[in-house]
Formats: sequence, structure tokens, C-alpha cells
Amino acid sequence: MSAERKKLLSVAALSLMALFLWWAQGHLDGYKIQILNLVAINIILALSLNLIYGFTGLFSLGHAGFMAVGAYVSSLLILPAAQKETIFLLEPLVWPLSVLQAPFFVAVLAGGVAAALFGLLISLPVLRLGGDYLGIATLGFAEIVRVVANNLPGITNGALGLKGIPHYANIWWNYGWCLFTLYFIVRIVNSNFGNVLKAIRDDETAARAMGIDVLRCKVISFALGAFFAGVGGALLASLLTTIDPKMFLFLLTFNVLMIVVAGGLGSISGTVIAGVVITVLLEWLRFVENPIDFGPIHIPGIPGMRMVIFSLALLFIILFRREGIMGMREITWDGLACACRRGGKDRG
Amino acid sequence: MKKIAVLVSLLVILGAVGAACAEEPVRIGVYLPLTGQNAFGGQLECDGILMAYDEKPEVLGRKIEVIVVDNKSDKVEAANAVVRLIEKEKVHAILGTYGSSLAMAGGEVAEKAGIPVLGTSCTNPLVTQGKKYYFRACYIDPLQGSAAAKFAMDVLGAKQAAVLKDVAQDYCVGLAAYFKRAFEAAGGEVVADLNYQSGDQDFTAQLTTIISKKPGVLFIPSYFAEGAIIIKQARELGGTFHIMGADAMDNPDMITIGGKDIEGFVYSTFPYAPDMPDMSPMAKTFTENWKVKFPDKDPNANSAIGYDSYMLLVDAIERAGSTDPEAITEALAKTMNWEGVTGSTTINETHDAVKPVGFKMVKDGKQVYVGAVIPEM
Amino acid sequence: MSLEMFIQHFLNALTLGSLYGLIAIGYTMVYGILRLINFAHGDIFMLGAYFVFWGGALFKLPWGLAVVAAIAFTSFCGVLVDRAAYRPLREAPRISALISSIGVSFFIENLCIVTFSAIPRAVHVPQWLGQVHLIGKVRLLPLAVVVPIVSMVLTSGLLWIVYRTKPGLAMRAISKDIETTRLMGVPVNRIIAITFGLGSALAAASGIMWALRYPQIHPFMGVIPGFKAFIAAVLGGIGSIQGAVLGGMLLGFIEIMIIAFLPALSGYRDAFAFVLLIAILLVRPSGLMGEKLEEKV
Repeated sequence: MSAERKKLLSVAALSLMALFLWWAQGHLDGYKIQILNLVAINIILALSLNLIYGFTGLFSLGHAGFMAVGAYVSSLLILPAAQKETIFLLEPLVWPLSVLQAPFFVAVLAGGVAAALFGLLISLPVLRLGGDYLGIATLGFAEIVRVVANNLPGITNGALGLKGIPHYANIWWNYGWCLFTLYFIVRIVNSNFGNVLKAIRDDETAARAMGIDVLRCKVISFALGAFFAGVGGALLASLLTTIDPKMFLFLLTFNVLMIVVAGGLGSISGTVIAGVVITVLLEWLRFVENPIDFGPIHIPGIPGMRMVIFSLALLFIILFRREGIMGMREITWDGLACACRRGGKDRG
Repeated sequence: MKKIAVLVSLLVILGAVGAACAEEPVRIGVYLPLTGQNAFGGQLECDGILMAYDEKPEVLGRKIEVIVVDNKSDKVEAANAVVRLIEKEKVHAILGTYGSSLAMAGGEVAEKAGIPVLGTSCTNPLVTQGKKYYFRACYIDPLQGSAAAKFAMDVLGAKQAAVLKDVAQDYCVGLAAYFKRAFEAAGGEVVADLNYQSGDQDFTAQLTTIISKKPGVLFIPSYFAEGAIIIKQARELGGTFHIMGADAMDNPDMITIGGKDIEGFVYSTFPYAPDMPDMSPMAKTFTENWKVKFPDKDPNANSAIGYDSYMLLVDAIERAGSTDPEAITEALAKTMNWEGVTGSTTINETHDAVKPVGFKMVKDGKQVYVGAVIPEM
Repeated sequence: MSLEMFIQHFLNALTLGSLYGLIAIGYTMVYGILRLINFAHGDIFMLGAYFVFWGGALFKLPWGLAVVAAIAFTSFCGVLVDRAAYRPLREAPRISALISSIGVSFFIENLCIVTFSAIPRAVHVPQWLGQVHLIGKVRLLPLAVVVPIVSMVLTSGLLWIVYRTKPGLAMRAISKDIETTRLMGVPVNRIIAITFGLGSALAAASGIMWALRYPQIHPFMGVIPGFKAFIAAVLGGIGSIQGAVLGGMLLGFIEIMIIAFLPALSGYRDAFAFVLLIAILLVRPSGLMGEKLEEKV
């Protein structure tokens, strides 16, 4: 297939997507739009983790920490000064933060940059560790972020969290950022740098022997992943309009990890598909917790059942289909065309 | 001709039946933490709401439908739950929730949709601040904190206080600060202000330090499970000071966990207890009915406040005369001296319930009602 | 700080430290053999505490019997987890088993919520364990003595198994080289199952003692002790049983003493452990007593 034609198809797909979102905004109820928004944010988060873990092989469990940094930085920039005064009930917000203001786009960008800087900061010591040790150390950092956020009421408002964050993160912002993340990560993965990352993942020793500056590449990948995690956190904060340290527990990282594993480590299309499926599934699974659906009262039947099924699903995937939905494959226009032709032939 | 008359009358009857059937039920959404860390309070409140529903399943001559959604003690889920109640279940009004941070997450959604919400036990002042549609059937933390400080000084005679709080819980942090402010404003001294984090179970280091400061009272604005462990450890380590807590301690299990070490523990709560000396008729009926419905568990203030919020909401719908959200909102705001299980309730201009703060004490393994304090704000 | 107060802090730290140490042994054993961080270990610990509660409340077993039954049953659960969730992944990349253990951990926690609900339950403490003794100005709980002694006894028993019995020899062999050990005709899977059984039994024992010390159980009670114990295991040198005990003690003392001397930092308590973890990983990844782990090429 010619590059020209692929570009055309991409543009067509994009406009179709935009058309769908435009229709959704007008016709779907707020509940479904909320899910659509969560889908976009979860895809951003999962893509960023896939860059770190799936493509570079760095097992990081620190996503909740990056998200927290991004969420706090961006929220503090978009909160109106008056709102800041009212919500910091116990201790006033420290000076420069109390007056700083930025437009939404800049704030999200700043959240991402702050998370990336944080990622850079911790990557220098932590990335010397490998495998599961790295996972535990990054998990440790995420926990430290949470503990610190609880204990700095002058900056984060402590456990009270930030309330009344302006709800700028509408469907266009979320999908815009999602698309940007997708484009950026696809470009990286398909670039020479992406090949270097994959080489490090597959055999670090060999990569080093080839003269690759392994640590530097790892740090860059880690910081980029942290940047998008921060962006995701910033968007989530504006979508939910309220954040506090309790939100950024390990469970949040687990959800993102689940998407990446289910989609296939090192598969971008897999991550996107799993992001949609798992986010929707998590909503849809609510039904298992309220089985009594007739009569005037709906009593939730078995509380906790949803997470039981969710964790079983993860176990099932890791035990029986470790490569996830897509393995390491990708959906491409060529692949699709091929499948169409084959399908056509079968029919014919 | 006759045939036509029969047909017409049949049609009229059918139409009438149809209209009666089409009379929509009044839908009340409930979002509470039925799982997760706040499940204990949420479940008790849910029981109270469902019991009230059993007693009063109709309003304005229409059936009421109660839709319960679990918010899993999680803010994302709380916001989702409210979106779901409003968009999918098309509720006319909402009850909930236990836990202020959950209420704030849900409140943002309800505010945008313009659906009135009556909070059960979300006591943080931020919940209703600047909100047109959020109300609550409980008092707020500044009121509770200052009532506790007043009680500590006047009744327990303490001049020095220590505070041990969970820094990860907004409820604990807020209440601790209001207690501290009120206690210091009244001329008391706070000799120690220590922290822990949700999930910790070893408080010996903090308590040993507090004991060495010899306070007259230790204020722990904790949830009951952690609170009971703190009290136990404090007594084991030889702390002889009074220990005070707040409404989140009001749970019968506190005594089974704390054992005899919990004797003498005082806590503020909504002014209801199954053993109140001069119980209002409403509280009496509530207690009796509860014992019939749930013979194996005692009612507590959470179940009572759940019951009250349902009844107050239904009363407001009655007063509004319609299920129009605006009308219900207006009626809720105009609530004056409404008599409930937890005492007379007036909704003030910040949408908070103004009601007395009750105090209970653990005596001989039982929670005994000591009285109510009306704090000056 | 007065001497009495210091002794009181010391006793508090000793109790906490021995509990951490006992849980840490389970991590260290599994890691030593499989190079797997068993995330579900904290939840196994929780199960132990719940089974005692069940034995007492549901089956009306006498307390002592309930404890023994609970340890046996928890041990069985540990073996079951290994069989179902880890054994199929022996040949897979190590991270797969780690993710599987995260899944198991969430599964056990939520299954407990489904079956026991999230409401914390009170734990019955036998009279002789709950009575406080006054020695001078220091208040001594029998548990403050019992916990370290039980820890010592169990650890010695375990060391005997590992260093003086055939299965112990096999365990050590597997930790050195699993493939060669298999070729030597050792039933590797059975030995690993025994390891999980032993580790889980110790987790159950510490869960029970934890529940006696902090008499309340709930489905998430294992999460924080689990993390802390893992850190203790790394601190002591993962793979080394003596190291785990030592690391547990050290962590207990650091946590208590920082708050004792710097009460203003009490809100940061949970962060100490993680800061310590990261520091030790950077400075001395093999821990205090561990052997240096060679990266296998």
C-alpha cells in the first residue's frame, strides 16, 4: 500500500473518530461521556506505561506517583485564586502557588513536565536496579509521594485534597491529548531510538556490547513515560474536579498495569484496545454487585465481587495468554488490507 | 350506538388505568460506601435508609423507588455513582454519603446536573460550601470539634490536651484542627499533636511520647477500628488521661475490639442512642422497629442518621408537592425544626443541619448516652 | 528522654520488629528459591489471622486448637497459591510471576471482602496474653516477651529444617541452580511447594500474633505489614533467613525510634521504610547479610 493511501486512510479514520465524538457529545448521557473520557485517559496512562515497561523492559510500579505529581501541579495552576482560598481551610497555600495561574493546556503540560522531572530525578538512582527490584523501588517512590502529599498541607492541602478543580477536561481535550500521546509514542517506537529501546529490553548485555548508552536511553524512556503519566493525572484531576492523596494508591497503578498486560506488552494497538475494553468492562461489571434488579429496591448483592472478577481476569490472562490480546503485533493499514483481501478471497 | 358507548367507556377506563400506571414512581438514589474502608458506616446507613423506605414507601400518592449504588469508598466511584444515578436511573433526588471526600466528588456532579442531594454523615464544611443543591442531615466538623473541646474542658476538666490523628483522612485532619482551635481559644493548651497514616496498627511510639507529656485528655478523631486499637494501646502503655473521639467512633464493634481498656472513652455523635434516657417518640419507634428488623445488631447513630435523611428528604418532597428538583431543593433549604430520630433539625443558610451534638461514654461495656452540648460557634 | 521511657520504646520496637521479622522470612524463602517477590504473602498473613477468628467464632474450637488448625490451613492455602498461580509460570519471565502474585493478592483481599465483608472484626485475646505487668515504671505486655520468643523458636526450627534436613538441602540446592537440581533427580515442584507451605505457616503464625497484639482483623490488614516485611527482607539481604529476622528488628527499631526522638515526623512514618528500602537498594543491594546476586546472563 502506498504511503499516500495510508495517510488518506488515517485521515479518514481520524475524521470518523471526530464525527463519533461529536455525535457522542450531543447524544450520549453524562454517564457514558464520563466513561468515554476515562477511556481516553486510561489509554494515555497505559501507553505511557507500555513505553516504559513494554518497549524498554523497565518494570515500573510507580505510575500512581507520576500521576499524583501531574495532577497536583496542573490542578494548582488552574484552580481559581478564590477557590484556593476557600479550600485551604487549615493552612493557607504557600505564596507563589496561591497566585499562580495558567491556561488549561499550559497547566497540563506543566503537570507532565513536573512528572517527567520527577521521573528523571528518581531514574538516576533507581534505574541502576533491574527487574523486580526496580518495580519495588518505583512502588516505594509512589508511596513516598503519597505520604509527602499527606504531610504538606501548605502545598497539597494534605488529606483534604483539592476540590472544585475547573472541569476543563472535556472530550476534545482528553481525546486530543490521547491522540497526541498515541502519535508521539508510535513515532518513538518506530524510530531508531525505539529500536534501541527494544534492543535493551530484549538483551541488555548485547545492547551494551553494541555500544548503546543503555542508562541514557532508559532514563529518556522513563522520563517520557512519566511525562505522559503526569498528563494523564492532570486530565483525570480536571475530569473528576477533586483529588486527594488517597486516590493515588497502588490500586491505580494496578489498573493501568492490567490494561498494559491485557493488551500485550509492546503492542500499541493492544494497549488501545485493552484500554477501551477494560475501562468499559470495569463499568459494566458493576452489575455483578447488584444482582437484584427487579422490584422497587436494588440492593447491591455481593460487594467486592467486581474486583474479584477483575483480579481473576488478570490471573487468567497472565496464566493462559501471557502475551495479551495482541502479543507484540500491531494493527496496521497493510495488515488490515491483507486481512480484507484474504477475507474477500475466502468468501469468493 | 350502544356498542359505541361501551367502546367509549371502555376506552375511558383503559385511559384511566393507563394514566395510573404511567404515574411515574418517585426515584430516590442512594450512594454509599458499601465496600472499601468506609463500608462499616455506609452499610449501617444503608440499613437505616432501607428501613425508613419500608415504613414510608410512598409520597405524593406515588410509589417511591430506591436505587442503591455502592461508591466503594472511592472518589472516582463516587462521582461515577452519582452520574449513573442521575443519567441512567433518572433519580429525582439523592441521599448520601458517609465520608466527606466521597460526598465532595459526588457533589460536583449533582451540582452540575441540578439534582438535590441530602448528605447523611459527611461532616466536612467543604461538602456544601458554595453548592446550591447539596444539603446534609448532619452537623459539620467545626461544630463537632468545638463541642468536643467544650466537653473536654467543662465536663472532663482538662486543661492540657493531646491530639493523635490520621494524616491521610480529611475527616480526621479537619476535626483535629477544629478541636485544637476551639481548645486553645478556650484557654487550653495542646501539648502534643502527633500523626499516623491509615493502615498503621502500631501506635506505641506515638502514645509513649504522648504519655510522657501528661495531657488531661487525648483527642483521637479516628474511625472506630483504629480508634479502638489506639485506646487499647494507650491504656496498656499506662496512659490514664481521658480519651475522646468523634462520630466515626460510634460503632458497637469498638467495644469488642477495645475490651475493658475502652471503659470511660467519650465520643461525640449524632444525638441518638438506643439507651437515651428521655427518648423522643420518634426515636422510640425507630429503636423498636430496628430491633424487629435487625434483631442481631444494635442500632447506632449512623443507622439513625440514614433513617433520618430518608425521612427528611421524603418530607421535603411532600412539602415541595412535586418531584421537580428545584422545588425539592427549595423545600430542603426551608427545613425548620424538623423532628427526626436524631433530634430537631434546621437547615441553615450554608445547608448544614443545626442540631445538638450528643456525647456518649463507654461504661461497663455499654455505650451510655451522657448528654448533648450545643456549642457556641 | 527518661530511661523508663526509652525502655518502653525499646520494648515496643522489639515486639514490632520480631513481627516484621517473622513475616519477612516468608518473603525471603520464596525469593531465595524462585527469585519471586510474592506480593500475596501479606494476604496469606491476613488469612492466618482470619482462620483463627473463624475457628473460634464458627466452629467453637478452643483457642489453642484454632491456632494450630489455622496455621495448617493457611499453609495449605500457600501451597495452593503456588500450584495455581506460580507453578504454571516457572518457565515464563520472572515479571510474569510477579504480576501473577499481584493478581493473587488482589484476589485474596477481595474474596475476603466478599466472604467476610470489609468490616473490621474484634479478635479474642486470651487473658494471660492481655494482662499488663508493671515492672518498675515500665509496663510490660506478655506479648512483648512472647512474640520475640516465639519468633526465635520458629526461626530456629526453620533454620534446622533448611540446614539439617533433606528437603532443606534441596531448597538450598534449588536456590543455587534450579535446572541442575532438577537434573539431579530432586522433585523440584514438591520442594517448592514445601517452601511455600513453610513460609505460609510462618506468615500465619505472625498473622495470629499480629492479631493478638493489635486485636482487630480486616481484609486489608496484610497490606502494610506485608510491604514493611518485604522491606525488612531486602534490608537483611533477601534470601537469608537470619537476615530477614535482623532486617525486621532493624526496621521495627528505626520506625519506633524516629518517632520517639522526632515526634514531628510521625506523619511520615510509612515513608521511612520506603526511603530505607531505596537507600539500601542503592548502597548495598545484597542487604546486610545477603550474598551478592549475580545477574544471570
